[in-house]
Amino acid sequence: MSETPLLKLSGLEQVFDTRKGPVAAVGGVDLEIKAGKVLCLVGESGCGKTTTARAAAGITRPTSGAVEFRGKPLTAMNAAERTEYRRSVQYIHQDPYAALNPTRTVYSTLTAGLKRHGLVKGRTEARAKAAELLRLVDLTPPESYLDSYPHQLSGGQRQRVNVARSLAMDPKLLICDESTSMLDVSIRVSLLNTLGRLRDELDVGFLFITHDLAVAKYFAWDGEIAVMYLGKVVEHGPTPEVIGNPQHPYTKALIGAVCEPDPDLAKANRSAEQLRSAEIPSLHDLPAGCAFHPRCPAFEPGVCDGERPLLQLASRRNVACHVVARDRAPAAADDRTLTFDAVPGLRRPEPESAI
Amino acid sequence: MTAVEAPAPRRKFRESTLGQIWTGLTRSPAGFAGTVLVLAIVGFSFIGPLVVDQHNPTDTSQIWTAPSGEHWLGTQYEGKDTFTILVNSGAEPIWVGGMAATMAVIVAVVLGSIAGYFRGRIDALLLQLTDVTVTIPQFLLMIAVVAFFEDIPPWGVAIVVGSTMWAFLFRSIRAQVMSLKEREFVEAAKLQHLGTARIVFREILPNMAGFIFVNFVIAVNQAIYAIVGLYILGLMPSGTPNWGLMIHLSWQNNFFLLPVAMPFVLAPLLMIVLFTIGLVTMGRGLDQALNPRLRER
Repeated sequence: MSETPLLKLSGLEQVFDTRKGPVAAVGGVDLEIKAGKVLCLVGESGCGKTTTARAAAGITRPTSGAVEFRGKPLTAMNAAERTEYRRSVQYIHQDPYAALNPTRTVYSTLTAGLKRHGLVKGRTEARAKAAELLRLVDLTPPESYLDSYPHQLSGGQRQRVNVARSLAMDPKLLICDESTSMLDVSIRVSLLNTLGRLRDELDVGFLFITHDLAVAKYFAWDGEIAVMYLGKVVEHGPTPEVIGNPQHPYTKALIGAVCEPDPDLAKANRSAEQLRSAEIPSLHDLPAGCAFHPRCPAFEPGVCDGERPLLQLASRRNVACHVVARDRAPAAADDRTLTFDAVPGLRRPEPESAI
Repeated sequence: MTAVEAPAPRRKFRESTLGQIWTGLTRSPAGFAGTVLVLAIVGFSFIGPLVVDQHNPTDTSQIWTAPSGEHWLGTQYEGKDTFTILVNSGAEPIWVGGMAATMAVIVAVVLGSIAGYFRGRIDALLLQLTDVTVTIPQFLLMIAVVAFFEDIPPWGVAIVVGSTMWAFLFRSIRAQVMSLKEREFVEAAKLQHLGTARIVFREILPNMAGFIFVNFVIAVNQAIYAIVGLYILGLMPSGTPNWGLMIHLSWQNNFFLLPVAMPFVLAPLLMIVLFTIGLVTMGRGLDQALNPRLRER
């Protein structure tokens, strides 16, 4: 793992000034994404997933910390390097309706960037390239979509056009901000399969943001998951590990909250962990010590409310929890309170049947 | 794999912008009627003078005659044919009005987009400028300028009229750009590195095309009113014939005491009213033509 990561976030902090005072939406996040790999960022609403992604995409400037692309910090880039970064890192918005200009046809949307950067010459070539992009995202036959306006397309088709537009720049990294959350479940799977194929065939890296653990499990099975809570990463590790054997109480609670169709399993999950409170603390006034302690089922007075826990290595992954760090004993490492099937529904299909 | 997404049945059509405007204009009956009306009056005023015999001598034996086969709208106070005068009267108000409106709209759109997109100091400066412009009473300014420069050419009038009209449109364009630039598709365009000028004028502006065209039409109307008004008040050099001058002359000759003088004052009034109605209905049709959502219905 000595190769330079494609994108590296180190100590990323984003503080917003509001009337009630400064709000630290993201408070120190370190992540790495490698080419052709998937990093899934999960967490509940308002935990800073999108803010992190926007900073990684260079849309917003982080308050402190650095975003490095191929080992070079964004702030130290010259114009040419920045153009290269801008083209290599593309961002797919959550809302497929808002992200397309309603006055432009699919053809015009797809080729605007290509024409601007001189990647295509002439109308015939531009149309051919646009058709190729549409074929990549399974909008076939392309000819029937090229001259459509966004309002003539369905949500899934629009999101595919969004993906195709990002691919026009020949990106090395796609940042998907809940890109599938607004789609119907059946369409979601087919879009995820399309994205998975891009990852496997074009070696595109992904920073995939979702609040849906089933999607994370399906899409990022070979990659990593980082669980965020109130602006911090609380658990980070390979997907099968995190989903199959969560260590942090918050991750356990997240997995326990996934709807389980099997009533016996559901009962087992429910009895496993119960949050002490459903209320999310305000970002204006974060609890002292571990930010999760007012809700944490494993809360121990004196241990959790003193210092802020750091991400530490606990059985092959990073966990930010005092209790886990203390109990980390060889015997406890294989404690499997939940099984691999704790997140039901979507199971990654066998490679040959994937596409 | 994507069998779930049935491709929408689409007919293949590739039309030019002009073609789209034309379909939009002819789709709704009202828009079509308006377009026909505007085209008819423009044609009447610009092509008419080439067709109609320009020889229209003063004839003291024919003063204030009623409409007849020879003189369709009768004659005026000098015995000249009213219809010939009417044909020659439309061109100046229309082109001066059009020019004033074009100027006002271009200034408002360019400055409004820049102010709304960039904000900051340039926005504050332009906003101050509009505040000042808005507080000046338009018609008084026009009267003062026209009275000061006695032999003002028609394009001079267009500049004066245009410079008083841009401020309000500037404000609404600025507000719309401020709202549109926060939309996600603008961010997506930025992510494609499309360049600021392109984002402002190719991504944002087309979303306001209908609004801008409707405002252009309204501006043409206002400008024509202003110019005709100046002529009616007798403040303009009475060189070329035009609608306002006709009304001014009929007023001077006490038309309200002369029933036979009615065609001379009603004809230009009718032209102005019809042109206004035509422009407004056409504007609505244009709005539909330039909005892809409305175009489909």
